[in-house]
Amino acid sequence: MSDLTHLTISEARAKLRGREISAAEITEAYLSAIARANPVLNAYVTVTGDKAREMAKVSDAKLGKGDGGALEGIPLGIKDLFATEGVHTQACSHVLDGFQPRYESTVTSNLWADGAVMLGKLNMDEFAMGSSNETSYYGPVINPWRRSRLDTVVTPTTHQGDGGFVSAGGAKTARTLDNAQLVPGGSSGGSASAVAAFLCAGATATDTGGSIRQPAAFTGTVGIKPTYGRCSRWGVVAFASSLDQAGPIARDVRDAAILLKSMASSDRKDTTSVDRPVPDYEAVIGKPIKGMKVGIPKEYRVDGMPEDIEALWQKGIAWLKDAGAEIVDISLPHTKYALPAYYIVAPAEASSNLARYDGVRYGLRVPGKDIVDMYEKTRAAGFGREVKRRIMIGTYVLSAGYYDAYYLQAQKVRTLIKRDFEIVFAAGVDVILTPATPSAAFGVADEDMNADPVKMYLNDIFTVTVNMAGLPGISVPAGLDGKGLPLGLQLIGRPFDEETLFQTAHVIEQAAGRFQPDKWW
Amino acid sequence: MSVDLQTVKRVAHLARIAVSEQDAERMTGELNAILGFVEQLNEVDVSGVEPMTSVTPMEMKKRQDMITDGNKAVDIVANAPATEENFFLVPKVVE
Repeated sequence: MSDLTHLTISEARAKLRGREISAAEITEAYLSAIARANPVLNAYVTVTGDKAREMAKVSDAKLGKGDGGALEGIPLGIKDLFATEGVHTQACSHVLDGFQPRYESTVTSNLWADGAVMLGKLNMDEFAMGSSNETSYYGPVINPWRRSRLDTVVTPTTHQGDGGFVSAGGAKTARTLDNAQLVPGGSSGGSASAVAAFLCAGATATDTGGSIRQPAAFTGTVGIKPTYGRCSRWGVVAFASSLDQAGPIARDVRDAAILLKSMASSDRKDTTSVDRPVPDYEAVIGKPIKGMKVGIPKEYRVDGMPEDIEALWQKGIAWLKDAGAEIVDISLPHTKYALPAYYIVAPAEASSNLARYDGVRYGLRVPGKDIVDMYEKTRAAGFGREVKRRIMIGTYVLSAGYYDAYYLQAQKVRTLIKRDFEIVFAAGVDVILTPATPSAAFGVADEDMNADPVKMYLNDIFTVTVNMAGLPGISVPAGLDGKGLPLGLQLIGRPFDEETLFQTAHVIEQAAGRFQPDKWW
Repeated sequence: MSVDLQTVKRVAHLARIAVSEQDAERMTGELNAILGFVEQLNEVDVSGVEPMTSVTPMEMKKRQDMITDGNKAVDIVANAPATEENFFLVPKVVE
């Protein structure tokens, strides 16, 4: 393989340790790929070339002495939500203009301690609020995937069993790509686009309602939202604190396992961080799933869901059955209430968390005739439309007289959503299989989505339950739709049982093959 | 429940976000669409259900009440739009 950017993390790790390649070489390969692609894809908002080269140099010295860390010399992209010392950290918002923290988030500190190299900061929806990466102050991110022309027949693109890399149209098919630009999903759209387009070996991301798993599904990448409390939230710009979790987006299941092991830790600086040892997630990959009980929830079959997605789900069921798993029908009766409850709980927490952006301590300040006028003008100029909308909803549902009707009711419904999962797991189900999203990637500036915020919110219909219940969920690519776009399946596990997710997702990956977009950028 | 223009302006002021007449009108429609969507929660029977306070059962971590960090005034004001001698500068608050 001549192109170093196409190596997976596990492949690059072996070559770095074997001194077949150097950290400096692979870092340069990524930096030049970014320089070429970023003007088109807009995945990075800042590229830290000098820092990356310095870090790579240190890594090469360590590798030379044979004492490299778990990620020594592996170049990563970091979502703009993570505080990185002295480097652009703005949650892609105008209100944080110029903010360069004097400290480093726990998750990124863990990655650097293991030897990873930082390539730069990745684009995202402003304050992680969005499902298309179009709410970023820095403009939309473009998905490296494009639809193939409607009149073209798509050839089967997946090999059984070999787990090899498969190009979107099959090598011999002369398929014409549609020019329409598609969104990579959100909010971790920069992370997903950069991983899919080979602009980093892996990326950090965060997930409050589906922000890791939905973009992973839209770009043919693997994304895992671990159990609430598994990764420290310290130094991650807060959106909705009872839902926010960090996790990786990677090119395959093994890479996601490698990254999560480094990102996760117990952290005294985050009181919701769990005091449990971090397992070696990679060790479960390849273990058989024979006898495992896989639940199929009937409530995830929604009206208007494309046939491609139903068919993919059935394929996933068949693959797991073939691997010896026992398939059981289950019911999660409160599923349909998860999204409405989320749109009370998340904005309520956001309205409180975002109160700190007042033009006093950091970021943008717009002068006013008095201090209140300054606050109001600063926040009016600094926040985008979607962020304002959510702050307004949150302020309203928490305001005097409405708290019980909205917030308390939503938190009670949340208890019921969690109870649905507890009942199913208590009955012996090990893992739940669902589609990851109700559709494939849609177009940039989609009229329907932009006219109706609720339509955009429905993107998270299959992922949001997992955040509400604090459970781990992984999105793994499982096939292409009729237009040649990737689709993902989601696996949901018991609290802190990420190992079962990696183990089962690997079985799906082996059966489905892996997917990469035709290069046009 | 739905909101009218006056309520939207009041909420915007509570949230300290300046809104123009036009913004407020647009937001009224958008907020009502969202409030209409969340209305379905009223169908759920929640009698006897405890509201969720912690998503995973965990005991609040406690630490010794002692100083472990500090002397970072320069770092703390480093990103502020206006400072003087390690204080944040704001428009006059008390006449």
